[in-house]
Amino acid sequence: MDVLTENWSLYGKGFLGTVELTVYASILALVLGFVMASFRVAPVGSLRVIGTVWVAVLRNTPLTLLFFAVLLGLPRFGLVLPFQVFAVLALGCYTSAFICEALRSGINTVPTGQGEAARSLGMSFGQTLGNVVLPQAFRSVIPPVGSTLIALAKNSAIAGAFSVTELLGTYKTLNELGYSIIWTFVWIAVGYLIITLAISALFNVLEKRWGVAR
Amino acid sequence: MTHATASATALYDIPGPVTRRRHFLYGVISTAVILGLLAWIIYLLFDTDQFTSAKWTPFTYKGIQELLLRGLGNTLKAFAYAAVLSLALGAVLAVGRLSVHKPVRWVSTVLVEFFRAMPVLVMIFFIFVALKVQPLPALVAGLTLYNGSVLAEVFRTGINSVERGQGEAAYALGMRKTQVTTHVLAPQAVRAMLPTIISQLVVALKDTSLGYLITYEEFLHAGKLIASNLDYDLPFIPVVMVISPIYIGMCMLLSWFATWVARRERRNPKTEGTGVAAAEPGTVLPGRRRQ
Repeated sequence: MDVLTENWSLYGKGFLGTVELTVYASILALVLGFVMASFRVAPVGSLRVIGTVWVAVLRNTPLTLLFFAVLLGLPRFGLVLPFQVFAVLALGCYTSAFICEALRSGINTVPTGQGEAARSLGMSFGQTLGNVVLPQAFRSVIPPVGSTLIALAKNSAIAGAFSVTELLGTYKTLNELGYSIIWTFVWIAVGYLIITLAISALFNVLEKRWGVAR
Repeated sequence: MTHATASATALYDIPGPVTRRRHFLYGVISTAVILGLLAWIIYLLFDTDQFTSAKWTPFTYKGIQELLLRGLGNTLKAFAYAAVLSLALGAVLAVGRLSVHKPVRWVSTVLVEFFRAMPVLVMIFFIFVALKVQPLPALVAGLTLYNGSVLAEVFRTGINSVERGQGEAAYALGMRKTQVTTHVLAPQAVRAMLPTIISQLVVALKDTSLGYLITYEEFLHAGKLIASNLDYDLPFIPVVMVISPIYIGMCMLLSWFATWVARRERRNPKTEGTGVAAAEPGTVLPGRRRQ
């Protein structure tokens, strides 16, 4: 217990770091995933290819390798940004591939008749997708997107190992200060549980509010 | 329309000549943008002297090649251990969750939910730092606990998704509980679960790279050793360019195998009665319907 009360600010900073990382990376992942999902169902062949390649490559890249390449590689090109921005980039791009797949399978759950009806009313591709298909797909993608974002929050721990201010990274300082290592990890675990449970609760609410009644 | 999928056809009409021309234009523009980006990256690579011979000759040295191969071997070794152990743990936990004894069910549920909710890296670090275990066992243990718990859920949904009549018929024939599970339910469930199991193994393969963070001498670690060598002019980008295709290629092969199996299953009448959704990261909150 001492570990937590005596290092409240350190834990707080790490916790906030994880929350920030999760929020920014989630936004990036949702936006990029949305764009890539629209690419993957677009009528233009080359856009489809871009979307497919993006998903296939990023889904099969180990996140550690991506972090390694982005955090240590991009500075070689003279691109110097704070580590946290790099971490958000890596996490966001990685997760966007999974979001894209979730959205695409959501689009596939919308009955074909909906798209056909929209088209027969003379709607364009953008209108069909934006006004008819996506609002319905949104309802069925809430649970998978929630799980993906929970996975993102858990993956943000890797950023901590690459010396971004983050919850897992606090163990190093506390270890050097001589605190009980078991308790240090217990409180880190509690911190992650709070974050994942919060996301889970949020998506439960969303699901109750907008989800498809099964 | 050349190769539009079933979902795509519902979203837009078969394009006429004008639309086709417009789409062609979009295609040309987006291809040009992508090619431009690629050209810019290649220009940057040349501009920052990534293709100098000093940075690439190390890869022709025997010692370096052996270092990389040893790293790759260690990665595969960790993956093999983790895969086998997590399948075993998954089976045990799934049996526990399906048990008729309440305490057993309760304990396994808590274990599964806890290990699924924890980041793998926190578990690996805990085992490595707090329990002072060697890197390889720590990595394998962490991966096993996480993937085993996820696989337990996969096994459980697989067994539950076998048509109820199958189990009832087996009981009616006088089979015991164990016999019903091993002879009737499990064989049907495994067939339906196979793609999901393989996809989960892809996750395990990807996560072996976490060993790099606890100084396990795996593939990425070998790359880092070469990249930080001043004698070779810090060949960081070349190392990434060599390592990532191999890593991504391995994972892609395994993923393709999973899709191939899934496609074969879909044609197989034996698995008609069952369907297993992909494993999800843990949620401890009750009330969420998992399909």
